[in-house]
Amino acid sequence: MSATAHAHIEDHADDHGHHHKETFVTKYIFSQDHKMISKQYLITGLIMGFVGIAMSLMFRMQLAWPGESFPLFEAFLGDWAPNGVMDADIYLALVTIHGTIMVFFVLTAGLSGTFSNLLIPLQIGARDMASGFLNMVSYWLFFLSSVIMVLSLFVEAGPASAGWTIYPPLSALPMAQAGSGMGMTLWLVSMAIFIASSLLGSLNYIVTVINLRTKGMSMTRLPLTIWAFLVTAIIGVVSFPVLLSAALLLIMDRSFGTSFFLSDIFIQGEVLHYQGGSPVLYEHLFWFLGHPEVYIVLLPALGITSEVMSTNARKPIFGYRAMIASIIAIAFLSTIVWGHHMFISGMNPFLGSVFTFTTLLIAIPSAVKAFNYITTLWKGNLQLNPAMLFSIGLVSTFITGGLTGIILGDSTLDINVHDTYFVVAHFHLVMGISALYGLFAGVYHWFPKMFEGKMMNKNLGYVHFWITAICAYGVFFPMHFVGMAGVPRRYYENTAFPMYDELTDVQVLMTVFALIAGLAQLVFLYNFISSMFYGKKGPQNPWNSNTLEWTAPQEHMHGNWPGAIPHVHRWAYDYSKTDEHGEYIIPGQDFVPQNIPMKEDEEELHH
Amino acid sequence: MTILLILAVLVLVAIAIWQMTKIFELSQIRAVDSQIANDRDNKYNGYLLFLFLIFIYGITIFSFWKYGKFLLPEAASAHGGEYDQLMLVSFIIIFFVQTLTQLLLHYFGYKYRGQKGKKALYYADNDRLEFIWTIIPVIVLAGLILWGLYTWTNIMDINDEDDPLIVELYAQQFNWTARYAGDDNVLGAANVRMIDIDKANILGIDESDSYAKDDIIVKELHLPVGRKVNFKMRSQDVLHSAYMPHFRAQMNCVPGMTTQFSFTPTITTADMRLKPDVVDKVKRTNAIRAEKAAAGVENSDPWEFDYILLCNKICGKSHYNMQMKIIVEEEEEYNKWLAEQQTFAQTMASVQ
Repeated sequence: MSATAHAHIEDHADDHGHHHKETFVTKYIFSQDHKMISKQYLITGLIMGFVGIAMSLMFRMQLAWPGESFPLFEAFLGDWAPNGVMDADIYLALVTIHGTIMVFFVLTAGLSGTFSNLLIPLQIGARDMASGFLNMVSYWLFFLSSVIMVLSLFVEAGPASAGWTIYPPLSALPMAQAGSGMGMTLWLVSMAIFIASSLLGSLNYIVTVINLRTKGMSMTRLPLTIWAFLVTAIIGVVSFPVLLSAALLLIMDRSFGTSFFLSDIFIQGEVLHYQGGSPVLYEHLFWFLGHPEVYIVLLPALGITSEVMSTNARKPIFGYRAMIASIIAIAFLSTIVWGHHMFISGMNPFLGSVFTFTTLLIAIPSAVKAFNYITTLWKGNLQLNPAMLFSIGLVSTFITGGLTGIILGDSTLDINVHDTYFVVAHFHLVMGISALYGLFAGVYHWFPKMFEGKMMNKNLGYVHFWITAICAYGVFFPMHFVGMAGVPRRYYENTAFPMYDELTDVQVLMTVFALIAGLAQLVFLYNFISSMFYGKKGPQNPWNSNTLEWTAPQEHMHGNWPGAIPHVHRWAYDYSKTDEHGEYIIPGQDFVPQNIPMKEDEEELHH
Repeated sequence: MTILLILAVLVLVAIAIWQMTKIFELSQIRAVDSQIANDRDNKYNGYLLFLFLIFIYGITIFSFWKYGKFLLPEAASAHGGEYDQLMLVSFIIIFFVQTLTQLLLHYFGYKYRGQKGKKALYYADNDRLEFIWTIIPVIVLAGLILWGLYTWTNIMDINDEDDPLIVELYAQQFNWTARYAGDDNVLGAANVRMIDIDKANILGIDESDSYAKDDIIVKELHLPVGRKVNFKMRSQDVLHSAYMPHFRAQMNCVPGMTTQFSFTPTITTADMRLKPDVVDKVKRTNAIRAEKAAAGVENSDPWEFDYILLCNKICGKSHYNMQMKIIVEEEEEYNKWLAEQQTFAQTMASVQ
């Protein structure tokens, strides 16, 4: 909080009075306003999510009814599904693009991009991001990369299909796989642009949080959402450039004949010239991002949960400082655990031991977070809004999915479940479903903030939550058993192995749950779109929340607050705080917003 | 046409839900059209949270009851027993924690569901509690880490003690080849640059290397029971992974380098087929296959249990069908089988 930063904010405060003439283009398209950019991120993310989920439903149908003909496949896949039977190549392509879209485009950009943009300025009391222009560039690079990724689906030989991890040599050699031609080139280009977008966004978030906090908003008064976004941005800045280097080296191997990742290859009757490279190097570079990426996806969801859960429990989040310490510990450890994806990659087994150690360490801060959430519910007055239900659901799947990480993180136990459905079940619960729940919780909770006071329909929200919650367990709980039976992931069908015949029933069960879950998302989509246009306006602070964003008027304006920026006098979690007589600090109101000064005899009851 | 039907169904479902919520809203006595949870919402969703807890327990019990028997049979390798034990202990810990935490989470969700006028407890932190739930995971995980690392070091210590059999597993899109080191138990030098398809030297073995002469190349892996096997893995094109689930064994095959894994098979194929759970599995599977055969589905002959080597790293279009049969047998049977195979020198001679 330097004095200059203050001076700058004060200056800016006079700015808002005169309104710039905004055209349609500057308001809705090339907007530099963080609220509009956040909506752009959300809507782009949701569209990509729609594509990604639709793909997963298609390959789940193939897994449940292998080789069956579906007119649906023929309609969407065309020549890749002759007579409605899905082709093996396109199966791998669907799996690959589903993974890529969900991890990067939905859960990184759609989740972190949306809520970092919306909440950072509003919750720290800033007029906008540190650089509105870079913020706009960041979004449009993301948009461009999304367009390229979607375009790659229409390449003649098919999109990238080497798995979302695109391990070379499979991804490097068009002879190895049809999708490793133009499709993979577009994948790499799209990801390179995505990384640039992510870096611009992250740098902006970091600078904004550090420099533009309003008066009184010390780091230990920040809502946990902001802590999560800040730390997420930092690990993004640390690890995304490494993925870029991996992508660049791969582009060079593919297009300019270098041998960074390739050596001694004989394919389709000829020896290739590559000599001296190592695919294991690529794996190291990829997972140096790949593992922190899991937390880039998850931490914002956990931050949102902290905020939503505390607000709706009408209680302070339990162990605020322990939560911050956990976030930081998780972030630090996340950058030194990448090797647990590579226990059996051929790297030195001693390295495996080190990574087992660091990996199991990360369970400790995760456990602390889970227990703190549970304690936050204890003796609360829980307002079970849809956002609250999604937050509770997040903790549930985070525990269920996290616990199996103890097995996968143990190099010994990983040997036999590595790359089986056990892994698929684990990471879908712990980062896929949990992060999606975080996204939904955020959308239900901050929808009124995004759309000028309009509220989403709660009953549709309940329908959405309960169907999704049941189906998520219905899909991914039995999946552990498929993995423990030894079924490898990324198999087009399991009929080549009679030992897996009896598991087809499980696949059918999972697919039926997945299809129902997919339908439930249409309820959300309907609710989202109809509320956006026809939603009824609620009160300015619908959830009786303490954070600053609810002190801003419902109508969006450049600069967020019409007058001076509110100052902060307390932390964000004074819910149900009472004085020594057992009376609420503000009579008749069980919350004390951050901008309310401390009463004379009021004590800070937390440390 | 079907798509139209599906779309129509979807639209109808959406309309039905919309109408239902409309009716639900209209049926509420208070006309306040608020989208914020009221006592009634809290009550119903509180109950639902409790039911959801029962659902989680239910699906756990259901999965164990229905799918528990699908899991892999007893480990057929020396280190596999220890692996299974570590797995079992980890699972007991996991299920204990899972049962407890899910109970607390959902029970609190039900018990403390909101009511107008109720006062929540302002409870911001407690160092002792934080300490307890930091230190317990630390102790439990330290135990698991130590045990896991001890086992890992043993499994991954690949040495030449106890006269191991040396076998090369060679991966290519989309099949496996095995090479035995022959009488000298030393594999001849090989590199993909020496592959000569015309002479059927598909593994790129150095013909001038004297160690290579007695090497034996086969498409079915035979292993003598009770003897340690040191596997050397190679790949000629993309990444593959040699996955032998029944032996709790897996290692990637990486082009440009040789990777290794070692285990001692302890149960012959013949003995494994007699294990009760394997017998049951075969029975169940063959019932399914008989049904399929009756329906005219191809490739549904009765099945007999065999150990199997699968590819477990995405390697291209036919990744899903890249397998090799493994037969574990008594020493004499193995020797007899091996004596029937051609050596590399013999194969080369027959080609020229």
